[in-house]
Amino acid sequence: MQLIVVAGPPSAGKTALIKQIIRHFREKRRVAFLKIDVVKAFEDEELAAEFGILTAKVYSGDLCPDHAGVMVLGDTIAWASGNGADLLLVESAGLCLRCAPYLNQGLGIVVLSSISGIHAPLKMGAMVSLADVAVVTKIDLVSQAEREVFLQKIREAHPHVRVFETNALQGTALQRLFDLIAASEPVEPEGLLLRGVPPLGTCTICVGKKEIGWQHHFGVVRRLEGAIAEHLFRGE
Amino acid sequence: MLRRRPLIKIPEGPLGNLFVKAEPEPHLLLRTQADLLPHSLGGDVVDPLGRQRVARTRRAQKPQRSESGGYLLREMSILPGRTKDGRQEPFERIDLQVGEIISVVGPTGSGKTALISDIELLAQRDTATGRQVLVDGHVPADELRYDPAFKPVAMITQNTKCFTDLAVGDFLTLHARARKLEAGAMVDATVALANQFTGEGISSEMRLTTLSGGQTRSLMIADAITISAAPIVLLDEIENAGIFKREVVQLIRGLGKMVVFVTHDPVIAILAHRRIVLANGGVVRVLERDDRERPAVLALQELDDRLVEFRERLRAGEVLCDLTL
Repeated sequence: MQLIVVAGPPSAGKTALIKQIIRHFREKRRVAFLKIDVVKAFEDEELAAEFGILTAKVYSGDLCPDHAGVMVLGDTIAWASGNGADLLLVESAGLCLRCAPYLNQGLGIVVLSSISGIHAPLKMGAMVSLADVAVVTKIDLVSQAEREVFLQKIREAHPHVRVFETNALQGTALQRLFDLIAASEPVEPEGLLLRGVPPLGTCTICVGKKEIGWQHHFGVVRRLEGAIAEHLFRGE
Repeated sequence: MLRRRPLIKIPEGPLGNLFVKAEPEPHLLLRTQADLLPHSLGGDVVDPLGRQRVARTRRAQKPQRSESGGYLLREMSILPGRTKDGRQEPFERIDLQVGEIISVVGPTGSGKTALISDIELLAQRDTATGRQVLVDGHVPADELRYDPAFKPVAMITQNTKCFTDLAVGDFLTLHARARKLEAGAMVDATVALANQFTGEGISSEMRLTTLSGGQTRSLMIADAITISAAPIVLLDEIENAGIFKREVVQLIRGLGKMVVFVTHDPVIAILAHRRIVLANGGVVRVLERDDRERPAVLALQELDDRLVEFRERLRAGEVLCDLTL
């Protein structure tokens, strides 16, 4: 079964792109879809209604959505392949710019809209720098020069990423992306790992202590001044 | 009394040689300050930036690269797609040569912007129209489609506002880098050129997002000429751009490139070598320049001059009492 993880900020056009992917592959693959979000999501219902594919959603609630994603992906892969799916699309919540939800197998796609700020590619850290593919959406809203400058900024964040530009509502110029998806290696569920390094954050805030200021907390703490390495211990 | 705008000054130095005359047209001669480089059919014109410009030639050839890695392009072909009704467009193939001026006309919603977008994206049956674009008779390599450094197309959209929150100078520098050029003097030259297209001065320090519509479009046109510097230039309704239309159009026509004007302006429409007519999302006619239109051309230019004069007087706040057409 092939696995595609789609990341990107809210309103970038992740769902619009996923619809184009499903539209292209529905005759050639049995498609399954998972949406991870924090409080509310409708994508799974929309896609099931429009395309009749297998869908599921996970609300991470009080848990960090990227942590939740890691937790549930094992079950999701089992569920999808158990139902005969050969292409699994996972749409992450796209909220915290610290993490990249991509795995060491499958294809990781980051979706950015051409009207997001010019510094967005650099600010998005691992979500861009660890992706296999970047898709720039809403290209009909900006001039050609702005599009090219935005591509240049993405290349500064990730020199070897494959970039595609599209009007995701129409699905223009995506043939090469579909070729890449079609050719992606199926995943081996036993060997799956996160592609990037997970964040550090275990501290008394995690278990509900609401006081402001590092002096009231222990675990991994952070001061305004000073390197973080002075204040944490990763064990071993 | 008709006030004429000053002729556009061609910058001296490396950029001056970008402005190579294609074919002399007596009623539209553009006098330049740079020496015109020798121009012959089938020959290559080299500029000091090391990129070769291709002159018109009728032989179809496979895509070749120049020493600097840019593509030499002679011809672009459009293969038919579907109209809004889902019917096949009624042509087999439209071949356009570098050096030709083409106008694209049609009512609103007829698919003019969709056509030039297909060209800009080098569509491979993967746009809403289903058209395919060939370069020198061949399917274009991926780099031509996806890498700005190799894209042989510069497009001026109808956008009158920019989203990119950078200073003009920084934006142009980044764009030059995207097109694999060293910005250097190019940034100032681009701003200077833009300032000849519009009455309101632009400076490198201004933020792109604060420019007016006329300033934005002037800058994009100047950028397309000096930085994108592609053999194919697409312009979407440049008559609305808030620029000195006649001079800018003359300058662009004199560059020796393949220029496509999407337009509602009668003068721009009629002064092309070819005219592509669209309706209902598809091409319905392709017209060659017709000598029978010559009287109409002259009459329209006269009318246009008069309209420009009245437009300027109205914009300056005059009350028009002495109207004689």
